[in-house]
Amino acid sequence: MDASSAALIGMGIAAAGFAGSGIGIGYIFGKMIESVARQPQAEAKVSKYMWIGFALVEAIALYGLVIAFIVMGLRK
Amino acid sequence: MEHNPLEHFLLFKIYNLQLMGLDISINKAVLMMWLVTVSVILFFMAATRRVTLVPGKIQSIAEVMLDFLKKMTLENMGEKGSRFIPFIVTLFFFILFSNLLGLIPGFYTVTSQLIVTAGFAIVVYAISLGVGIYYHGAGFYHILIPPGTPFWLLPLMIPIEIVSQLARPISLAVRLFANMTAGHTVLGVLFGMALGLGVFIGWLPFTLTIAINGLELFIAFIQAYIFTILTTVYLGDAMNLHQ
Repeated sequence: MDASSAALIGMGIAAAGFAGSGIGIGYIFGKMIESVARQPQAEAKVSKYMWIGFALVEAIALYGLVIAFIVMGLRK
Repeated sequence: MEHNPLEHFLLFKIYNLQLMGLDISINKAVLMMWLVTVSVILFFMAATRRVTLVPGKIQSIAEVMLDFLKKMTLENMGEKGSRFIPFIVTLFFFILFSNLLGLIPGFYTVTSQLIVTAGFAIVVYAISLGVGIYYHGAGFYHILIPPGTPFWLLPLMIPIEIVSQLARPISLAVRLFANMTAGHTVLGVLFGMALGLGVFIGWLPFTLTIAINGLELFIAFIQAYIFTILTTVYLGDAMNLHQ
């Protein structure tokens, strides 16, 4: 296996990290719906933290994307 | 058909300009930033052209957004945060308009360049450090010590807090950049598929691009909101030190 095809495999593996972020976003929105269903008047307060948490979790997936870009840049 | 979905992020010099060895050439991103600035100004001029007690369409959009940003700033930074409202509003509208104008085909998304978002993030972080030192002086080192930490845990907590502080500007910059880049790359891949597959199967990815465009519209708002809310959280952290 030459370096170029190894880089392609590495980019794929870096992108596979998105799975964890998917689980995290699912948890965040699921818990948000659960808590709003229990206490609807808390929605405004909870939703702020939901979006912050969503952004933090999503960013982790995008770090994987950035690593894939870096590997792509190193590929010859 | 050879097609590279990352090709449309490349920048080329339109007008060559050098200033004391620095390359300040005009390219598409620079032109887009000027356009974004002009369109934000035009939007607010249109909104405040005829100010009425019962707001019209554009005026009510501007009012709702400003009220929302003001409430968010005061909530996260306390009463002292009111002097940062102009900065937060400017940041929000610049990011929002550059995200939205980038969605128009043929235009360039300024926020898909890491240097632009890193510029924003470094400015925000530098301001948060400056605010912390202005309000607390040498006592600002308390930002590295969460309240209620037992002293024997300090050798562990301080390095963790330093890393979390350093991760803030990086994550701010990379989040906005990667979101915008990823969205436009997905659009590029789908359009490439639509072109490559021909009419019989190609309509499928082509219709999908409509849905993705709607998602991108949503992401443009969400990312501008996230960037500014995290800015207010960081500034509030520096101002109030974990309280």
